[in-house]
Amino acid sequence: MDFGLSDDQREIQRTARDMLSERSTPERMREHAQDHRSDDELWRGLSGLGWPGIAVAESHGGQGLGQIELSILCEELGRVLAPVPFLPSVMAAALIGEAGSESLKERWLGGLASGELTGALGVCAGGVAELVIGAPEADVLVLLDDDARARVLAAGEAEVENVDSIDPTRATGRVIAPAGAGEELPGDVSAGVDRSLICVSSELVGVCDRALSMTVAYVSERRQFGVPVGSYQAVSHRCAQMLLDTEKARSTAAAAAWSADSDPAGLAEAAAMAKAAASQAGCDVTASAIQAHGGIGFTWEADVHWLYKRAHLDAALLGGAKRQRARLAAILAARARGEGRDAAIAQSIREPAA
Amino acid sequence: MDLTFSPSETAFRDELRGWLAENPPDPEPSGGGEEAHYAWRRDWQRRLYDAGWAAPAWPTEYGGRGATPTESAIYFEEIGRARVPLAANVLGLLLGGPTLMAWGTPEQKERYLSPILSAEEIWCQGFSEPDAGSDLAALKTRAVKHSDEWVVSGQKVWTSGAQYSKWCMLVARTDSDVPKHKGLTYFLMDMEQDGVQVRPLRQITGEAEFNELFIEDARIPDQNVVGGVGNGWKVALTTLMNERAGLGFALQIRLRQLLDDLIATAERKGLLEDPLLADALAELHVRCESVRLLAWKGLTDAERYGQPGPEGSLVKWLWSDTNQRLTELAAEIVGPEALTAGTDWSYELLRARGNTIEGGTTEILKNIVAERVLGLPRLSVGV
Repeated sequence: MDFGLSDDQREIQRTARDMLSERSTPERMREHAQDHRSDDELWRGLSGLGWPGIAVAESHGGQGLGQIELSILCEELGRVLAPVPFLPSVMAAALIGEAGSESLKERWLGGLASGELTGALGVCAGGVAELVIGAPEADVLVLLDDDARARVLAAGEAEVENVDSIDPTRATGRVIAPAGAGEELPGDVSAGVDRSLICVSSELVGVCDRALSMTVAYVSERRQFGVPVGSYQAVSHRCAQMLLDTEKARSTAAAAAWSADSDPAGLAEAAAMAKAAASQAGCDVTASAIQAHGGIGFTWEADVHWLYKRAHLDAALLGGAKRQRARLAAILAARARGEGRDAAIAQSIREPAA
Repeated sequence: MDLTFSPSETAFRDELRGWLAENPPDPEPSGGGEEAHYAWRRDWQRRLYDAGWAAPAWPTEYGGRGATPTESAIYFEEIGRARVPLAANVLGLLLGGPTLMAWGTPEQKERYLSPILSAEEIWCQGFSEPDAGSDLAALKTRAVKHSDEWVVSGQKVWTSGAQYSKWCMLVARTDSDVPKHKGLTYFLMDMEQDGVQVRPLRQITGEAEFNELFIEDARIPDQNVVGGVGNGWKVALTTLMNERAGLGFALQIRLRQLLDDLIATAERKGLLEDPLLADALAELHVRCESVRLLAWKGLTDAERYGQPGPEGSLVKWLWSDTNQRLTELAAEIVGPEALTAGTDWSYELLRARGNTIEGGTTEILKNIVAERVLGLPRLSVGV
């Protein structure tokens, strides 16, 4: 057993962290968020490094690496709240890569891998998908329908309305897709959804990690009654709880990423577990960060609120903690009935994806 | 990253699992009280000892198998999975032995290690006192040297297995004129003497796992000092560091088994259809898996990279909290049986209250996480 990253993976993590600390500063994030625009220069930079295609097969122009490598990038981009459509693009690519026909892969994966095209993943109810991250700028939309099927639409095939979400670091839209529009994904949709859940979970781990480190720095500095407020247990124990929540999310996300690459039979359960833990941690840890910052934490100027907003969008994406736990309960019930792992997975994907 | 076991680790697991299947302990005695129960566990340890399974993590020179930390964790997982009792001399095996290996003289190792392994001599731990619990270094039990022996007086509490023990790992104050951590010495005290009185401490479950020790002019020969006079705090830390290793893996499996039992009961009663109960069980499942992952991550990181992460305190905190939630939920799923005295579930419910106190309270664990992992400013209290 080894929970550590390989040398190559560590190198990816280090490169990403260095690059983002230089080119995705808090000032830059704030500026783009307030103007409601994507950081195109950053997107070109990370596309140049091949990030959007890190987990896309080499035959389709990607780097052909795994979910662990992709999750490393999601976490680093989450940590700096990078205002780029990375998450929606890699989720769209995961669905097309896992479930697409050869012609769909041929048509879309190369562009998504190079970053020339961007994607989005939405959950449709009655032909409408709400709060689809990345939709307004997406070239390709993947929509999960009520019946657990999925289809791919080119930008022009659906109507996309701009919607302001509470998180302006990424564009969001309302997608109206007429029945029959687009092309159905014939393959294993659930595997693509599970990989997407892991990507969001990893992004949330980055958000939590940042919220915790900002909070630790603040409460160590801020003094009241003559001592740093972080020396009070009411505050320090809150920080300890933030770490516990973050580490639960981190360990389950890591195990799920490993499953995606090495244990496909365990993927559905691991992904639901990771998203349940990460959604809960994301909301709780960022809320704690605001509280521990006191009045300052409630101001626009302090950057904690961006983390809280991103966490809530991510937590809701593809189903929040309670939805994931419902999915896990279905898996547990099937196992308790002795239906075995395969039956449990079949049961879990009969549940709506969100 | 690789969440599988190596072929040699799997072989280790298979060998132990095979042995446990072929050599089950005798049935748990139904009568005879705690003494009969203890005798049963002592007999079980002798069988483990005869087969070389009493303490696989001990080096081969001391009668162990030289198992790696991963193999040792597998050992405790299998002991938990097979639902066999823990060896009677668990404190000697997990705490006393490793402490002597680190700090003992060659003579001490020669004299004490083998009887620990065979359960011939049982060990207990005399650390906590009525006024020194979380603040262990404030302990007051005094040892004064008279020629070549020490005379000890004081009181200890929460001493598990004292009534069966031959030796006590005793930390006492040998110098009151230096800061509190510096005036302590670690002794091996013979329990079989008039100066040591053991009084069982009945706990909320009704049983008496623990005792109070009343020590009055007890004698300890000078050669029973471990690690040098005045060095007791460091030696005690070695003992405490060993406290959570290993055993945690048996507890983690026990948690898994309880949860699986509870889920099976809920399924049988159709209660998994209840969304609130299903949600609570799924949340316990997430927590239980997080305990397992964090425990293995801490162990294997330490094994591979020589640096244990923050996981140790987090694992104990999460495990104890989860066990309490689980045993409380059982009342709603299992029904009246869970609240009827003498049932397994009611025992688990009550015993679980001790989990967030024993081996470091949750509040102390949070302090450790805040100060040593997050680097927050220290609480300003007397030192």
